[in-house]
Amino acid sequence: MNDKHIEMRGVRKVYRFFTLDDVSLALEPGQIMGFVGPNGAGKSTTLRLLMGMVAADAGEIRVLGHEIPKAQAAAKRDIGFVSAEMRLLPHTTLGWHMEFMKSIYPQWDGGYAATLVKRFNLRPEQNARSLSLGEHVKATLLLALARRPRLLILDEPTTGLDPVARHEVISEFMDVLRDENRSILFSSHNTVDVERISDTITFIDRGRIVASDEKEKFLDRWRRIQVQLPPGVTLPALPNIVKHEVDGQFLTLTTNEYSEGLRNLMGPHVTHVHRMNLEEIFVANVMFHREARTQ
Amino acid sequence: MLCIHSMYSGINISQTDARPMYLQIMEQIRARIAARDWPPGKELPSIRALAAGLNVSVITIKRAYLDLESEGVIVTRHGKGSFVAEVNGLAGELKQEQLAEHLARAAEIGRVLGLTEDELTARLRAALKHLDKK
Repeated sequence: MNDKHIEMRGVRKVYRFFTLDDVSLALEPGQIMGFVGPNGAGKSTTLRLLMGMVAADAGEIRVLGHEIPKAQAAAKRDIGFVSAEMRLLPHTTLGWHMEFMKSIYPQWDGGYAATLVKRFNLRPEQNARSLSLGEHVKATLLLALARRPRLLILDEPTTGLDPVARHEVISEFMDVLRDENRSILFSSHNTVDVERISDTITFIDRGRIVASDEKEKFLDRWRRIQVQLPPGVTLPALPNIVKHEVDGQFLTLTTNEYSEGLRNLMGPHVTHVHRMNLEEIFVANVMFHREARTQ
Repeated sequence: MLCIHSMYSGINISQTDARPMYLQIMEQIRARIAARDWPPGKELPSIRALAAGLNVSVITIKRAYLDLESEGVIVTRHGKGSFVAEVNGLAGELKQEQLAEHLARAAEIGRVLGLTEDELTARLRAALKHLDKK
């Protein structure tokens, strides 16, 4: 029962202009993982590999205990996949899609689907052509949620949603997590949503995983430290500094491993120690890794 | 499900508050316990229910509960849930802290008004008498 819902090890996928390399990920049951990266970082490619939509060139992928892509059919019975690019079929209605899902998925929950129609303010009889972008997103999410899959894989699920719709959708995600045997992997560049609802966070940039850890650990460890050094005074060598900006006597240091010990090394010259939000951590982390890779 | 939402609607998380979310949640739970809205022995919402109610990750609520437990404000019984600790431990301590704060403030104001020590203690005695009459 305690098997991981997602396990990727050393996965590699080479395209002509892009390489996803050495990607390893693990998602435990009952958790939400936020998958964060700039555009073109490899988020969608990673999710498509998990869904067996493309085959890896190297590495291992297991989803819900099934080997991917070999046993993808068995895995997909219990996965709900939604991408922001998905649209309902033209010339159909949401109601038609709901009937269709009901006919292929025995676990389809008609009562929950009806509740979601109301909560998302959708009209099952409306033609798909006249739906707004946000309505398409909510409709495809509804179709995935009402199957009550054990694992939800969501590619930019809140993109194109207004703040109210985003709130509605996120409330439904959290409701899924009342059940500790279900889990969600969602990619996003909206770090506010990710910071709020994720248990673990994985950063990806230029085809490589930059960092993956519990959210609280990121927030606990990263700090921006402001220092004012009188003329002639220098700081000792400091560990775990990822960014170092100097402006006359004023220094701004960014650390990924803050501790009292580190602060004490800087003596009485520290003027402020600031916590960082996820967006700041994300940007600092990506820039640090980019520099390290080009050196 | 909607009612569960409103059950914790008083607990708020502010994105503009510089403090981490788990600290904001801890503070608001402490306030409810200190005010006796959540009396000793009361069962706290389960971690997953509170996470879903507040749209906050499970790990954030876990962290808040763990820290409240180490402060002695709540007790967690394995497999049974978390409860507000009995008065002497936790809520008592919170009240003690509040008392110390108010006394310090009263002493300050007394000094500003130029009251002597005896005058100030007389005022406290009078306040106690007033309470008894009620």
